[in-house]
Amino acid sequence: MALSTHRTTTALLRHLTPAISYLRHISTDSTSTITVETSVPFTGHKIDPPSRSVDTTAQELMSFFRDMALMRRMEIAADSLYKAKLIRGFCHLYDGQEAVAVGMEAAITRKDCIITAYRDHCIFLGRGGTLLESFSELMGRKDGCSKGKGGSMHFYKKEGGFYGGHGIVGAQIPLGCGLAFAQKYKNDENVTFTLYGDGAANQGQLFEALNMAALWDLPAILVCENNHYGMGTAEWRAAKSPAYYKRGDYVPGLKVDGMDALAVKQACRFAKEHALKNGPIILEMDTYRYHGHSMSDPGSTYRTRDEISGVRQERDPIERVRKLLLAYDIANEKELKDIEKEARKQVDEAIAKAKESPLPEPSELFTNVYVKGYGVESFGADRKEIRAALP
Amino acid sequence: MSAILRKIIAPGGIPAWGIRVIASRTYSSSAGGKEMTVRDALNSALDEEMSADPSVLLMGEEVGEYQGAYKVSKGLLDKYGPKRVIDTPITEAGFTGMAVGAAYHGLRPVVEFMTFNFSMQAIDHIINSAAKSNYMSSGQISVPIVFRGPNGAAAGVGAQHSQCYAAWYASCPGLKVLVPYNSEDARGLLKAAIRDPDPVVFLENELLYGESFPISAEALDSSFCLPIGKAKIEREGKDVTIVAFSKMVGYALQAAEILAKEGVSAEVINLRSIRPLDRATINTSVRKTNRLVTVEEGFPQHGVGAEICASIVEESFEYLDAPVERITGADVPMPYAANLERMAVPQVEDIVRAAKRTCYRSVPVAVNA
Repeated sequence: MALSTHRTTTALLRHLTPAISYLRHISTDSTSTITVETSVPFTGHKIDPPSRSVDTTAQELMSFFRDMALMRRMEIAADSLYKAKLIRGFCHLYDGQEAVAVGMEAAITRKDCIITAYRDHCIFLGRGGTLLESFSELMGRKDGCSKGKGGSMHFYKKEGGFYGGHGIVGAQIPLGCGLAFAQKYKNDENVTFTLYGDGAANQGQLFEALNMAALWDLPAILVCENNHYGMGTAEWRAAKSPAYYKRGDYVPGLKVDGMDALAVKQACRFAKEHALKNGPIILEMDTYRYHGHSMSDPGSTYRTRDEISGVRQERDPIERVRKLLLAYDIANEKELKDIEKEARKQVDEAIAKAKESPLPEPSELFTNVYVKGYGVESFGADRKEIRAALP
Repeated sequence: MSAILRKIIAPGGIPAWGIRVIASRTYSSSAGGKEMTVRDALNSALDEEMSADPSVLLMGEEVGEYQGAYKVSKGLLDKYGPKRVIDTPITEAGFTGMAVGAAYHGLRPVVEFMTFNFSMQAIDHIINSAAKSNYMSSGQISVPIVFRGPNGAAAGVGAQHSQCYAAWYASCPGLKVLVPYNSEDARGLLKAAIRDPDPVVFLENELLYGESFPISAEALDSSFCLPIGKAKIEREGKDVTIVAFSKMVGYALQAAEILAKEGVSAEVINLRSIRPLDRATINTSVRKTNRLVTVEEGFPQHGVGAEICASIVEESFEYLDAPVERITGADVPMPYAANLERMAVPQVEDIVRAAKRTCYRSVPVAVNA
């Protein structure tokens, strides 16, 4: 939606607001279609891109706002928890990239699968994970989604179709194609979205898996979350061709404005249809992370603060949706602020509860090594002190 | 006997494996003395498990139309079709990762590595994507997958095609590592591996594929399964325990014959499983014989024998009457020249010599070589 139109609309609405307040209650819950034009068109590689006009509803836009506000709050709170040393090891934050998570969820079902790398907290939330499970896992507590044994990079929600949470860059790509293989094998008419970054896009195993996915027509959608930096290395320093949506060569690709939840939704819906009929497709989401690569990276040694604040001002995904909600008079400033306050409250409550969750029992050191351990012996650091029979 | 033959041949089509009826052998436990090659044993195990469970599939290089690089998967493509017997491109990292992903989603893939040397290209998926997933996800993501193929030295294939990976894989918690020796092992352990809900590394041996072993009626039954983590005492003895796996079991048995003629009664243990390692059986045996020789084809440093020796010293120190002995492959990459190759792998005389050392019957020659 062009900015000038929006300003006029808002100016108009300011006068009308008190008079039509009763109408707002009806429109907030409305499921009638609103058609929005994405600000950036899609670019296709060996495929005709979908239309820039995206159908949505007031309800959907509100849910985008709510969900992204929650995700944003969660990641910022994780930053504080990490600095307070309640989260240890690695912590890779997703703030800035929320539109990819919510846009994708809007286009698919929980029977479709998602698999990603280590920047997985928000994807987990989108797949039905709770804040309590997330914060508990980050702090290594019993109530974590992996019972405290995984950590930030190993969130899973199998019943929600979320297969993790992987620490080895690029490994999730063949795994995701394998999920798609199983879906095709079982004839279940679902697809798998395999997410990876611009850094992982150069991995050999991507091309190995893509070759097989294309050869066997697997319903695999490879989604490159291009936030333009592979850790501290800018895309132009790592890739001879940073046009990641074209790197599939014989596999079609689409370049998408990844900061626009509606564009992401459109692309994912388009990709799902394509993959079920014609096999793999690549989606390149042009997105941005506000934080550094991880909590040990300030994120400002390889990019300027101006760049970061520039993106925040011009392209922030939550601001985009806020403007839409205001322009279409689906909610007013106060209501949206209230939603953000509510998100903050939910996050704070979840953190308080997570802090009360205990660390796992010492016996958990030896559980889940195998599904079937046959009572086999395992050892602690001093095997004459600590031994266990694996269940 | 004929009833069993009928059962195999009857379900339309050429049987993928055959049974040779021979005169009964002295040490066979099978009534009627049937024999089977290890290759046929593996083929029959794959066939039966694929027949019993539609989620079992086989993937690897040349497993389908080529009938298997070593013909282990002969006839399976014809019987089960290209959806379940999949020829992959030569991309181990890719297809192993895909198989693990398929296992995440509930399928039961059997991944064939043409040799385990090529598994190094995929080892990240075996260790990080398969072995650790159940633990990291606290039980949410289980990986019912089998990685199988020939392991260790063949004949004249040189340095890059001869490494034994038993020690590497067996050191990793979350994996199970099985090492069949004879046809009964091959059938029982492969069936157990495919049915097992955890990732299993199944290390075969190329030189054993063509060897024929007696096989019992029980082992031929389609429900036959061997327990995982239990070693087998192939030959009972009272003077020295010789622990071996895979091809070296045959060598150990030959060594035991030679030792017997010299008045040394050797107990030969066929490990069958490297992880879990049957420490109980090994310890019980050493507590009886008081002497230990471990045999393996792989490199000596940090090898399987090292683990066994450490385990015995920790658990049964007071029972040892002699230092523990390890016979292993030489500490060099595998050479090609036939004479050097012979020196790079254990020979029967090496096992005999080590056993005699534990009995104070011989003195080592090369002390400071």
